[in-house]
Amino acid sequence: MREEEGVKDGQDISAKGMEHDPVEHNNSKSKRSSNNYAGIEVREDDLRDGRYMSIRYSARFRYRWDTGIAVGRFLEGLRNGKIVGSRCKVCKRVLVPPRIFCELDFAQVDEWVYVGDTGSVNTYSISYIDKQARRISNPVIVAVIELDGASQGMGIMHLLGEVRPEDVHIGMRVKAVWKSREERRGAITDIMYFKPL
Amino acid sequence: MIIKRKVAVVGAGMTLFRRRMLETGKEMCFEAASMAVESAGVSIRDVDAVVLGSAPDAFDGVHMKGEYLLDGAGAVGKPYTRVFVGGGTGVFAPIAGWWHVASGLFDTCLVVCEEKMSSLHPHPQHAFWGIFDHTLERPLGVNLLWIFALEMRRYMHLYGISEEEIAYVAVKNKRNALDHPCAQLAARITVEDVMRSEPIVWPIKRLDSSPPSDGAAAVLLASEDTARKICKEPVWIDGVGWSIDSAYWTNRELAYPAYLAEAARMAYRMAGIEEPRREIDVAEVYDPFSYKELHHLEGLGLADKGKAAEITVAGITERDGDMPVNPSGGLLGVGNPIAAAGMMKVCEIFWQLSGNAGKRQVKKDARTGLAQAWGDLMQFSSVIIMRS
Repeated sequence: MREEEGVKDGQDISAKGMEHDPVEHNNSKSKRSSNNYAGIEVREDDLRDGRYMSIRYSARFRYRWDTGIAVGRFLEGLRNGKIVGSRCKVCKRVLVPPRIFCELDFAQVDEWVYVGDTGSVNTYSISYIDKQARRISNPVIVAVIELDGASQGMGIMHLLGEVRPEDVHIGMRVKAVWKSREERRGAITDIMYFKPL
Repeated sequence: MIIKRKVAVVGAGMTLFRRRMLETGKEMCFEAASMAVESAGVSIRDVDAVVLGSAPDAFDGVHMKGEYLLDGAGAVGKPYTRVFVGGGTGVFAPIAGWWHVASGLFDTCLVVCEEKMSSLHPHPQHAFWGIFDHTLERPLGVNLLWIFALEMRRYMHLYGISEEEIAYVAVKNKRNALDHPCAQLAARITVEDVMRSEPIVWPIKRLDSSPPSDGAAAVLLASEDTARKICKEPVWIDGVGWSIDSAYWTNRELAYPAYLAEAARMAYRMAGIEEPRREIDVAEVYDPFSYKELHHLEGLGLADKGKAAEITVAGITERDGDMPVNPSGGLLGVGNPIAAAGMMKVCEIFWQLSGNAGKRQVKKDARTGLAQAWGDLMQFSSVIIMRS
């Protein structure tokens, strides 16, 4: 708000916003309408060029996340070039990613199995933005992949590569492309992507 | 199930929805909350308790948003609680308000929902990074639209639905929003416009998506005795339901929202609704993306599985159709300040059923309405059934 010249203390210096009323108050007791102040979007270059005062805040929290028991085994498997699942004794489902409990039966799960690194595309999408919603030049193909040896409908999210977006289809057979043994460090990115089989 | 008291909505209010409002969250809460209280002809002294709904703290960078917003929400000196179930918050907060009153604990409860997404730069999308699994999902560079696009693609595939059919939802809702004085993205567009708009995460295109928004909305709830005293046209909350599915979202069938069917069953049972398609006169279903309106109509049992596109293309869900859906303009047209957007739907059903929706009033004589929202990792839904 601008400072106004020649105004005495106590004098009304109100500014008005936009009036709106979402209701036809034909029966209502109140005739209230409100003042709203619609702004315009502040863009990145506005901040860069100093057109608005801005405060840069970055919270430097650092986390040391435990993998947990089940995901720990899963990551260890990835380092060895294998995908690990767990099997529920009650419903017999092979769970990927593995867990030490079955969320449906609420039973403890302690049976571990390898599943294949091949599978079928359950669904896919093509991302033209990065995680900050900025446009990217090379779109990323994302998929849910049902792995062979896991129970039906049991998918994991990963990327697709060595394929053009227009050639991907649901049901397409794919296989994991692994980093070399030396490069693998027990992370989901030990699989670089899945490619058509 | 024993419900001690009937609960009514007796007042509602909302701010403009915009990409950026100059007001702070607190100021927006005040606008919406005071409008809700004053439209019921009472004062904040008549409010016994306050429930606040707001989505991730990361938008604001203030990690105790309930406390941050309470002064604007009218909660000083009152029993106060914040609820949070992601995008489902806007319809879950009034459910929480409902049990405050239905239980007999309070005669009135003010429910305020707020979101200010514009503060975070470069884009509020970044706040959603933190909802994904740190070990298995974030390292892949995930963004929130990935998972919705995966769901949309699966839905299209399983039922053979085209992008064009889905685009009808955006056309309808943005046109409906032309009659909403608070709307951010009201427009007269065509199916071709939607198809030509750039893909964000295909198959989701820009005009299939709701925008980031700032805004607040509120309702005042009252017990039957109080409602009859202060309000000529109380609108009763006759059914509430909510349910959640597993967070292992890649292990579920994405084409059908089973958790919503469960939430709807709970709400219908409570309201004594046996044939929702015949008994629901007007519905506000959660539409952050155009396919979601269809997905949700099927989960609610308001359309057969895979058939919601058909009834949309046939015009049945238009404001003057047999089953108007999102006469407000929805999130696609009015805007999507997350928790406030769900609450806007509850406000709209209140205005529709009390005959106060003005130019947005549906053509048919609407007596029973439904509001629904959806959230968390595509796994939660909340449903409210209201009757005049």
